[in-house]
Amino acid sequence: MKAPGGIGGGREAPSIGLKFLLLAAISLGFMVIDHRNDHLSQVRQVFSIAVYPIEIAVNLPFKTWRWATISLAERATLLRENSELKNLQLRYDVRLQRMAAIEAENVRLRAMLDSSAQIDDRVLVAEILAVDLDPYRQRFSINRGLQDEVYVGQALLDANGVVGQIVGVEVFTSEAVLISDPDHAVPVSVNRNGLRTIAVGTGDSGSLRLPYLTNSADIETGDLLVSSGLGGVFPSGYPVGRVIEVERRPGQSFADVIVKPASELDRDREVLLVWSEEDPDKQYDETKLVETDP
Amino acid sequence: MRDTANTLVWPASTFMIALILSVVPMPDVAVAIRPPWPALVMIYWTLVAPERFGLMTAMALGLAVDTLSGALLGQNAFAMLIITYFGLKFHLRLRFSPISQTTITVFGMLLVYEFILFWVDGVAGRTVPFSERWMPLLIGTLLWPLVLEVLDRIRKHDQARIEV
Repeated sequence: MKAPGGIGGGREAPSIGLKFLLLAAISLGFMVIDHRNDHLSQVRQVFSIAVYPIEIAVNLPFKTWRWATISLAERATLLRENSELKNLQLRYDVRLQRMAAIEAENVRLRAMLDSSAQIDDRVLVAEILAVDLDPYRQRFSINRGLQDEVYVGQALLDANGVVGQIVGVEVFTSEAVLISDPDHAVPVSVNRNGLRTIAVGTGDSGSLRLPYLTNSADIETGDLLVSSGLGGVFPSGYPVGRVIEVERRPGQSFADVIVKPASELDRDREVLLVWSEEDPDKQYDETKLVETDP
Repeated sequence: MRDTANTLVWPASTFMIALILSVVPMPDVAVAIRPPWPALVMIYWTLVAPERFGLMTAMALGLAVDTLSGALLGQNAFAMLIITYFGLKFHLRLRFSPISQTTITVFGMLLVYEFILFWVDGVAGRTVPFSERWMPLLIGTLLWPLVLEVLDRIRKHDQARIEV
């Protein structure tokens, strides 16, 4: 209303109704395409670069706070922490020495059994951006993206176990889904007896469910579940959670098993991105080799 | 030329702040009642300066919300377009009406906004009970007079500065 008449007059030329219909159609088209398949990831990437400054702005106070708490911490606290870490390091070193021997033995045994040995996975530390995604879904973004060769379907771990996997990759950031998302499932096996099943998210970051175990399945409270490596997304052998409740219902054919995730899904600040041996590019190369060979 | 650049800085920063507020991490309780800030700010600018902030702004803002929040691309853009369209149609009637009346209208617009988000979620197979969408709606409506007051001050201050 304050703008000079010239500008107002110039803008009125296309009718509002027509413009509205056009833009509404575009946004509806976006939704349909985005929902049906993944053709929009390029568009999303462009938009994500545009909104990256906002993500930075949101994250900045939290980052500054963390930096301040570290750099303003008392010398005594730091010294104590340092010595604690050194102790821990020593303990781990000792354990690692034993590990090396066990690993070598494992490779030998596997060679005798003629099965493939597990190689060390390549990892990269990623920071969780303090950005709230949709509160009704268990998702978050991390500060690694295309430029770090992150790919869709990549597994995320933390110090305690499996955290989730990547569902969308943008240039500087990626979106990940927690294993506790109701739409997410992890193939697991019971560490005690090798029983394989699937752990499904509940929407609550403190619990998972095992819906596909029969009443007679050999599972007990306290059983450790590790990723089984089936499905090719999660590398095998990482802890997923511990069974905290088994309810066998006589009227039903399936037991109700609740699992507490091993990693602290709602408290993590840093996660590890894992490039497992079965990374998709490699697989692709191998299939190409097989095809071109004969 | 310089005038238009100047008059865009303040509105643009209010949009930025709204976007930041819509994704800044908060405790779970606060997240459940977080009002749709971008929609509130958009409604304001459509009502007071429809010749500058119309459907294109709504589209861009909506897409920014979608990208930031990881929602279905176009979901917030579509909802934002619809309420902005209403805003453009009725801004002459609303601009001079008392605050109680605009608040009721804003309630209606936010209701439409949240309902579209809910409806698109439903069609896309992500069911969120509509009851969880009530609180942002109510808080958003209650915050409207405050948003109006703050943004009015920013706008008047800005205009005074340009005229000097």
